Amino acid sequence: MSKATAVLYDHPGPRARLRNNVLSAVFLVLLALGVWWVIATLEDKGQLRAALWKPFLTSQMWTTYLLPGLWNTLKAALFSVVIALPIGALLGIARLSDHAWIRVPAGVVVEFFRAIPVLILMVFAFGFTVTVLDVADPLYAVVIALVLYNGSVLAEVFRAGILSLPRGQSEASLAIGMTKSQMMQIVLLPQALTAMLPAIVSQLVVVLKDTALGGILIGFVELRRVAGTAASFYKNVVPIYIVIAVIYILLNLALTSLASYLENRARRKRAGRGSGPVEPAPTVEAAQAPGLTDTGRL
Amino acid sequence: MNFSFLSDPRYNLLGAFWNTIQLTLWAAVGSLILGTVLTAMRVSPVPMMRGFATVYVNMVRNIPLTVVIIAMSQVLANGLGVRLASRGEGAAGAQAFLTSQNFRLAVLGLVLYTSTFVSEALRSGINTVPVGQAEAARAIGLKFTQILGIIVLPQAFRAVVAPLGSVLIALTKNTTVASAIGVAEASLLMNTMLENEADKFTAIFIVFALGFVILTLPTGLLFGRIAKKVGVKR
Repeated sequence: MSKATAVLYDHPGPRARLRNNVLSAVFLVLLALGVWWVIATLEDKGQLRAALWKPFLTSQMWTTYLLPGLWNTLKAALFSVVIALPIGALLGIARLSDHAWIRVPAGVVVEFFRAIPVLILMVFAFGFTVTVLDVADPLYAVVIALVLYNGSVLAEVFRAGILSLPRGQSEASLAIGMTKSQMMQIVLLPQALTAMLPAIVSQLVVVLKDTALGGILIGFVELRRVAGTAASFYKNVVPIYIVIAVIYILLNLALTSLASYLENRARRKRAGRGSGPVEPAPTVEAAQAPGLTDTGRL
Repeated sequence: MNFSFLSDPRYNLLGAFWNTIQLTLWAAVGSLILGTVLTAMRVSPVPMMRGFATVYVNMVRNIPLTVVIIAMSQVLANGLGVRLASRGEGAAGAQAFLTSQNFRLAVLGLVLYTSTFVSEALRSGINTVPVGQAEAARAIGLKFTQILGIIVLPQAFRAVVAPLGSVLIALTKNTTVASAIGVAEASLLMNTMLENEADKFTAIFIVFALGFVILTLPTGLLFGRIAKKVGVKR
């Protein structure tokens, strides 16, 4: 709870506390009614029988279905990020180039791949890999689509990271006789990478969620898709969807907390330098605030 | 490049994109309402509501949209037996029922998911309103609902026009996920067309990519312009 929102209401006195408690109770009752309706309906439809939860205690459920699916999900996400990072860095730097013939095409590529849905990219990439490369493995299509999309998003992240560095950095490196590419490689890029690390880690959440798109139209066997297969085998749709939702939430919360740990560490480092007032780079902060970012972050 | 498929009567290209637009608009209105309610709950003095909204936002944001939308169909409709459309007579009626039921389930899924991002954007907008304003409002005796409704939220909305535009663009692109439960929108049609005319896949891709560029590019420009116009100068 931030300070700005806490100031919206006074520290509650006796009357306000009573009113808050009454409202809390009313809300709790409404919530309980909703939960009760869900449970009663599930019970009614026979979805809560213990037998439906039993499969989760067998190794078959995990070794045949959930774990291979989870492995494919993680594999696709990891490949995509590892390949998208250098591409994103290159595109980001290209957009900052002094030469229009590099800057403009890079800008067009970035804007184009951010404007189209990842699912459309995936369907196209699948058609491409099957027809042109003669590879029928949807993993390729998923990775290609996620690389094109996240490469473009990361390009903007890198660009913001480089632009957020103090101008003196590039002026000083030019002054001591570095070439522009030396300046980028030795001075700017390493700093941008560190500053952008939290944003990159939280982009992993987006990638991880987007791998689930591969299961819809092109038949990539990821976690959501194996859940569907398992559900039709065990006839326990509701429990399985609850379990995979929990798996996704735990994975992504872990990534989110890693990102905020990295962010705090970076902030402490900046503060530790102790030269003048600490000003967090505005573009960096903006890129990290959830919801405040580009089209990419949903 | 061969664009002959554009005149093929089997493919209702405009109809598919019209469905995409409809999904976007309904889901946008719904998410704006639910997102505002969630934000109000998150900053409210009632601890129970604050807790619920925080848990809801942090949970739903981390579930893939695909899972959310398929769960609408598998869990809500099939598991819990919820019906969002009325069933008609005969085979045609059953078909019409499925079409509108799936469309509404997709909209519901999109609203439940997108509202968490609207709420995050709005909350960051609330943080842009200077604390002194809320203090002054309290000093002249306004109540919480008045402070939020008259002073803070209107300014918060003006501050987050651009981020909300980004959410709207992302929502437009996210409507493609509705194909997971068989809603006849752009990505589903593209998939069908690719299966039938594998040799023209580049031309087909260009048509659909352009369709989305036409939908999302003006949205971004429009919201950027509105943001500049209504933004509160501080």
